[in-house]
Amino acid sequence: MSQNKYWQGFGQVNDPENFQKKVQDEFQEELPFEGFDDKGLADAKAPRRDFLKYLGFSTAAATLAASCKVPVRKAIPFANKPENIIPGDAKYYATTYVQDGDVIPVVAKVRDGRPIKIEGNTLASFTRGGTSARAQASVLDLYDMYRTTHPKRKVGEKFEETTYEFVDKAIAEGLTGASGIVLLTSTVVSPTTKQIITEFLAKYPGSRHIQADAVSYSGMLLANEASGFGRKIPSYDFGAAKVIVSLDADFLGSWLNPVENAVGYGKGRKIDEKKPEMSKHFQFEGYLSTTGASADERFTHRPSETGLVAQAILAGLDGSVAAPAIADAKLKAGIAKVVTALKSNTGASLVVSGSNDVNVQILVNAINNAVGAYGTTISWASTSNYRAGIDKDLVDLVAQMEAGQVGALLVYGANPAYHFPDAEKFKAALKKVKLSVSFGEKLDETTELCGYIVPNHNYLESWGDAEPKSGVVSFLQPTIYPLFKTRPYQTSLLKWAGNNTDYETYFRNYWTGKLGSDEAFEKALQDGIIEQASSTGAGAYNGGAVSTAVSGIASAKKGSGKYEVVLYQKVSIGTGTGAYNPWLQELPDPISKATWDNYALISMSMAKEMLGLDLANKNNERENNNYEYHPSKPVIKIAVAGQKELELPILVIPGMNANTIAIAVGYGRNEGLGKTAAGVGKNVYNLASFNGSTITYSTSADITSAGRKEKIAQTQIHNSYEGRVEVVRETTLASFIANPNEITDFRQDLLDKYAKANNDFRKDATLYGVHDMPGLKWGMNIDMNACYGCGACVVACHTENNVPVVGKSEVLRFHDMHWLRIDRYFVSDENNPDDLKGVVFQPMMCQHCDNAPCENVCPVAATNHSSEGINQMAYNRCIGTRYCANNCPFKVRRFNWADYTGADSFPNNQDQKLVGKLDPVVHQMNDELTRMVLNPDVTVRSRGVMEKCSFCIQRTQAAKLQAKKEGRPLLDGEAKTACQQACAGDAIVFGNVHDKDSQINKVRNDNPKRMFQVLEQLHVLPNVTYLSKVRNTEEIVTHGEAEHGGAEHDATRPAAAGEHAAEPAHH
Amino acid sequence: MIPCKPTATKLTLFILSLVVFTAFNKVSAQDGKALFQAKCQSCHNIFKDLTGPALMGLEERHTWSDHKELLAWINNPGGYMAKDAYTTGLKAKFGSVMTGFPDVTLKDVDAIVSYINSEVANRNKQPQGEQTGEAVSKSSSQNAVIFGVISLILAIIAMVLMQVNSNLKKMSDDAEGIERPEPVPFYRNKVYIAMIAIFFFIVGGYFVTKGAIGLQRQVNYEPKQPIYYSHKVHAGINQINCLYCHGNAWESKSAAIPSVNVCMNCHKAIQSYEKGPKLYDEDGNEINGTAEIQKLYKYAGFDPKNAAAWDPSKAKPIEWVKIHNLPDHVFFSHAQHVRAGNVQCQTCHGEITAMDEVKQVSELSMGWCVNCHRQTKVQFNYDSTKGNQFYSIYEKFHNDIKNGKMDSVTVKDIGGLECQKCHY
Repeated sequence: MSQNKYWQGFGQVNDPENFQKKVQDEFQEELPFEGFDDKGLADAKAPRRDFLKYLGFSTAAATLAASCKVPVRKAIPFANKPENIIPGDAKYYATTYVQDGDVIPVVAKVRDGRPIKIEGNTLASFTRGGTSARAQASVLDLYDMYRTTHPKRKVGEKFEETTYEFVDKAIAEGLTGASGIVLLTSTVVSPTTKQIITEFLAKYPGSRHIQADAVSYSGMLLANEASGFGRKIPSYDFGAAKVIVSLDADFLGSWLNPVENAVGYGKGRKIDEKKPEMSKHFQFEGYLSTTGASADERFTHRPSETGLVAQAILAGLDGSVAAPAIADAKLKAGIAKVVTALKSNTGASLVVSGSNDVNVQILVNAINNAVGAYGTTISWASTSNYRAGIDKDLVDLVAQMEAGQVGALLVYGANPAYHFPDAEKFKAALKKVKLSVSFGEKLDETTELCGYIVPNHNYLESWGDAEPKSGVVSFLQPTIYPLFKTRPYQTSLLKWAGNNTDYETYFRNYWTGKLGSDEAFEKALQDGIIEQASSTGAGAYNGGAVSTAVSGIASAKKGSGKYEVVLYQKVSIGTGTGAYNPWLQELPDPISKATWDNYALISMSMAKEMLGLDLANKNNERENNNYEYHPSKPVIKIAVAGQKELELPILVIPGMNANTIAIAVGYGRNEGLGKTAAGVGKNVYNLASFNGSTITYSTSADITSAGRKEKIAQTQIHNSYEGRVEVVRETTLASFIANPNEITDFRQDLLDKYAKANNDFRKDATLYGVHDMPGLKWGMNIDMNACYGCGACVVACHTENNVPVVGKSEVLRFHDMHWLRIDRYFVSDENNPDDLKGVVFQPMMCQHCDNAPCENVCPVAATNHSSEGINQMAYNRCIGTRYCANNCPFKVRRFNWADYTGADSFPNNQDQKLVGKLDPVVHQMNDELTRMVLNPDVTVRSRGVMEKCSFCIQRTQAAKLQAKKEGRPLLDGEAKTACQQACAGDAIVFGNVHDKDSQINKVRNDNPKRMFQVLEQLHVLPNVTYLSKVRNTEEIVTHGEAEHGGAEHDATRPAAAGEHAAEPAHH
Repeated sequence: MIPCKPTATKLTLFILSLVVFTAFNKVSAQDGKALFQAKCQSCHNIFKDLTGPALMGLEERHTWSDHKELLAWINNPGGYMAKDAYTTGLKAKFGSVMTGFPDVTLKDVDAIVSYINSEVANRNKQPQGEQTGEAVSKSSSQNAVIFGVISLILAIIAMVLMQVNSNLKKMSDDAEGIERPEPVPFYRNKVYIAMIAIFFFIVGGYFVTKGAIGLQRQVNYEPKQPIYYSHKVHAGINQINCLYCHGNAWESKSAAIPSVNVCMNCHKAIQSYEKGPKLYDEDGNEINGTAEIQKLYKYAGFDPKNAAAWDPSKAKPIEWVKIHNLPDHVFFSHAQHVRAGNVQCQTCHGEITAMDEVKQVSELSMGWCVNCHRQTKVQFNYDSTKGNQFYSIYEKFHNDIKNGKMDSVTVKDIGGLECQKCHY
C-alpha cells in the first residue's frame, strides 16, 4: 500500500503552505498604479484637477471616436457565382497534411474561399480522424507573411525578384552544363512526385536524388535491411499488443506517425469497467518524454545505454546473446520485469526503439522476433513510408560538394544548413556548388544560401498525393487559389526535364489512368483517401547480424563527459518546422509546460549537485519556492568536445535519469523565417554527430553553472487549485479492481452529508436557482486514460475560436489565453518526488457548471446560463471586472489584458507606456494576411474582455440550424467541438445529454465507477465529466483524506457518530 | 308542398353544384397565379419575351393546346426537345433550354394556362390599371409639438406673472415703508438658475443618451447605388420571387446580392425599360430605366447588338453599397429566419416591393430583435405532421401543450433571448 501525491511543481510537493501563499495572487507582478503613495489621495501625483482633465479628455475623445461618420460599406457579389459555392457557408475538402514525410489525411474547412480550419479525415483507417498539433496549426502557415512570394535569384548578397521565364531559362541552361546534379529532398511520400523525379533524373545522366531527414531513421532502415526485411519500416499495431516496450521511442509524441500510433495505442488503453483490462506499457528512456508520461512503468538509463538495455532484454528472452553488466539495480529489476512480461505474452508483444543506432535496432528486431511480434503486432505487408533518408548519403554529398564534384544542387524540404550536425561544413560546401536552387516556401537557412528560389505552393494550395503506408494513398487538392506567385516544385522539375505538362495535369492523368476512370478519380479526391490491401513482399527475419551488433554496442564510444545530452523533439516544434508557427510556439510543452523556448531538462540530483538546488529537501523551502515561482531559471554551460560551449536555462524535471540532460531541437532559427522563430531558443543539432553509419542524437557532455538566470515562460503554475486535490483522479489497475467504488463512495458520502433529502444538489444545499433546459443539454466527457497530452486539442481550440497569441513576454506575466489547457500532474510518493510513478494529463476547460460560481458575481450579467446548459459569455457586455475569473474554482477564464487582436476602436492601442510593448508576434498575428485565418463565425475579442471555452457554440448552433433546415431532430455526433474532432486518442465525447441514446450518455452509463467531476465537493455541477486515469501496475494505492473540502471530515466521522450515539445516554 | 320537393332538391343541387363549380374555377385560377409566380415568372412574362417567350396565346402555338404535350415539355424539356423541331427552334432563338420542372402535374398546367388566359382576357377588357398610390400617414408627432408650444407659453406667462407679483409686492412695501432688500433680478435668482440648469441637464442628457444609443444605427439609410435598381419594378410590379435573386438566404447566413450572371438571366432579353411607371431618385430627378440597364451591360461586358458574342466570364462585379449592417459581434443567419423560422423578408426589410431604391426600415437594434423574439412563434411540431420536426426534442413543451399549460412556443421559450444565441 502506498499513498500517492499529485503535484504540478516542486513547491507544491514540498511545501504546499508557503507555495500556496505565493501563488495565491493570480498575477505575481505589482499592478502599475501610478502616483499613489501613503500620503492619501489629495497629495497624490494625479490630483483631482488632473483627474477631471483626463475625464474631460477621454469623454471628448470617446465622443469623437464614436460619432465620426459611419463608413460606407460595400457589398460586392460574385461576377459569376460558381454553382456549388454558397457565400457564408463552409465547404469541406479532403486533402492531406504533408510535411517532410509526415502524412495526416485531413479535411480543410473552407469559408468563402479561405481555408480556416483543419480537421481529421475520418475515412482514413489508420488515423481515424485524429490529428496532431502541427497538423492543426498548419493552416496558419498558409497565411504566413514571411512566405516567399516570387521566384527570386541572388544578385550579390541579396535576392532579387524575377520571373518564371527567366528562372526556367537560367536553370535549364545551368543544368544542361552541370555534372553531378543532385536533388536533395526530405522524404518523398508522393508516388507521382517519385515518378517525376525519375523522369528528371533520366533527363540528366549522372544526376542523383538524395533524401535527408532532419531527425533520421537510417538506423532503423539499415537494421531492417540487415535483418532481411529490406530497407523499409514496417507498420506497428500498438492496439494488438498486450505488452508494449519502448526503448527511447517517443511514439506518442514524435516517433514515426504519432497520430497513427496513438489511435492504435488507445485501443489497448481504454478500459471496460466490467472487465478491467489494459495493455501494459514499459518505457526505457533517459529523460521524461510525452510517451514516458503515459507509460505504466518507466525505467531510466543514460542515452548511451539503450543498446545495453536491448541486449539485456534479448539475453533474458532467449539467451542468444550474453547478458551485459548493468550497474543500476532499478534498471536491472525493470529489465527482468519486462522480460517476464514479454515471455508470458508471446505473440501479443511489441518492442520499439527510437534509437538511430543500427546495432540497437538489429537487437530490437531480434527481440521482436523472439516475442513473436512479426506478423502479429508488426506488419511487413504494409510498410510505413514516413522516413527514408540515409545519413551516409547526406554526409557523402557534403564531402562531394566540398570536393567540387556537385555541379548543381536542387533542394526541397531538406534544410541541412540548419539540421546537419556540421552545418558550417555544409554551408561552406554549398558555396562550391555552381547552381543551387531551393524550392523553399520560406527563406530558411538553406534557401538563404541558394542562388535561386523557386517557391513551392503551400500544401493547402497544392494538388498531390501521399502514400504514407504502402497501399494507402491520401490525396491533396487545392483549397484556395495560390496566394502568391508560387509554383509546385513538381512542375518545375517537369519543366526542367523538358516536359511542359504542369503538375496538376500530370497528377490527374496518372491517377485517372491508375484508377480507371474520371469518376473513380473524383471519388478518390472527394474521399481524400484510397486504401488497398498491399503486400510489399518483405523478406523473412534473418538473425545473422545480431552478433556483430552486440560487439558494435560493446565497442560504441561512451565519451568522457560525466553527463550525457540527449536531443528530443517537442510535439509542437518537431524537427524545427513548427518554430515559425505562433500557435505552436505558444503551445505549452506537455511535460515542462514551457512555451517559446528550448532549455535543458535536468534531473533533481543534477540540480542539487551543480546548482545546489535541493528540491527534494523540505527544509529548503525558500529557495525551492523561488525556483518554482519565478520565471527566471539558472543557466548552465554545456561543454561538448569539439563544439562551442552552449548556454541554456534549465528546468528540473522529476523522473529523469540522474546524468541525462535533454534539449529540444528545432529552435534557434534564422531571421528570414519571421518574427516568430527568430531569436527563440538555440539550435542544438550541432550536438548530434555522425558515427560512420548513422547520426547519433546524444552525446557526452560536461556542465557547469553559468551563474546567471534566464526567463522561461511556463504556464503550469499560473492556475492554482489552492491545494484542492480532488481535481484529478488516478489509480492503478490493481487498486481499481480491488476497490472500484472509491469515486462513487466519495460522491455518496457528499450526498449523505449535504443532500440527504433528495440526493440532488440542485434541490439541496444550494443557493442557486434551477435552470430550465426544455430541449438540449450539452455535456462532455473526457477519458483521461486516452489523453496523452499531445496538445492537438489546444491548437484546434486556438484555431476554431480565434484565441489570440500573446507572445513570450505576456506568458511570463501569466497572461496566456488558452481556452483549453492540459494540466500535467506528476504522481509520486510524497517523500520521494524524483521516483516518478506516472504523469496524469487532464484537459481543462470551462466546466460549464450548472451552479456556476462565475455567473452570480458578474455585476453586468455578461456571463450567464443558457437553456442548453452552456455557461455563456457575452463579450460586448463584459466590462472587465474579472470577478468571474476570481470566483472560478478551475481558473479557466481568460482576460484580454492588452489589445492582442487589434480589435480595439483605437488603433495603436497595442503598445502601452505602462504595460509595455507587446511582442512582435502579436503584430504578426494582426497582419492583414495572417488575419485571413480567423473564423468569421467567432467574435474577435478586444482589450478588457473576459473570454473562455464556449463548448464551440458556433458549431452547436450550426448543427442545430442544419437540422432545422432539414426539418429533422438533431443527430447524435452532428455537433462536434474542435477539441473532440482533433483528438487522436478519441478521449473527448460531446453531445446532448437529454438524448438517451447519445454517445455521451453511453460513455457515462458504461463507466459509473471511473466517472467523476472535478472538485465535486463544491457542488457546482459541471457539465464536463472525466473518467479517471488508470495505470496498469500491481501497486495498490490508497488516496489519503483530502486536505480540503467535504471529504475532510471523513476521518473524524466514526468518532462523531459515536458521540452522537452516546449523547442520549447523558440525558 | 310535396310536389315541390323534388324541384327544390334539384334547385338546391343545381345551386350547390354551381357554387362548387365556380369555386373550383376560382381555386384553379388562384392556384394558377401562385404557380405562375413560383415557377414561371422568373423567366416568362405573359405579354412579352423575356428569357423565355411570352406566354400569351400559348395554346395557339405548336401542339400546346394539348396540355399533355405541354406537360411533357415542362417536365423534361431536354428529352422533349430531342424529338421536336419547334422547341429546338426556341432554343436557337432564346439561347438556352428551359429549366425542367418534373414536379409539375397536368392539373398545375391547366391552372397555369387558365391563369394566363384570364390575365390576357383582363388586359383586353380594360387598359392598364392605375398605380396604387401610397397612403402617406400624417405623423401624430404634431400633437407633441403643439403641447410643447403651449407649455412654453404657459411657462413664460407664469414667469411674467411672478415678476409682476414681485414688482407689486415691492411697490406695496415701498408704499407701506417697509424696508426690504433690493430684489434680485430673475436672471440672478439662484432658484431660477438652478431650475434652468436642471432643465437643460435633463433635456441635454436625454438627447445625448438617445444620440449615443443611436450611434451607428442607420434607419432610413438610403445610399445612392452604382445602378438605380428598383425593387418596386422587379419584386413589386413584375413579382419576381425574392429568393430568385437572394436564394442564398435559403441556405446560408448571408442573403447575398445576386451576381451579375443572375441579372443577365433576364436582362439578356429585357434590354429597355418601357412600360413601367416613371422612376425618380430621392431628389425627385427622373431616372432613365433603359440607361440603368445599359450600366448593367457595362459591368457584364454585354453588347445588346451582338448578344451572341457575350462572354459571361468577362463580367465585373458591381460594388453595391451595403445598407443593412450589423455590428461584428452579432451572428445573424438569414437561413435561420427565412427557412427555419418562416419569416417573411418584409418583416425586417419593410415593404420592399414598394421601394424603388432600398432604404433601411428597421432599426436593427438589439431591442428590436429581442422584441420580435419575444412574440414570434417558432414552427413548432404540434404533431408529427406539422411544423419542424427539430422541435421534437422539446419534450417538456409537448407535454405542456398536451396538458394545456401553454398553447404555443415562442422563440423566447426555446432560448431566443439568450446572449449566445447571437453573440459568440
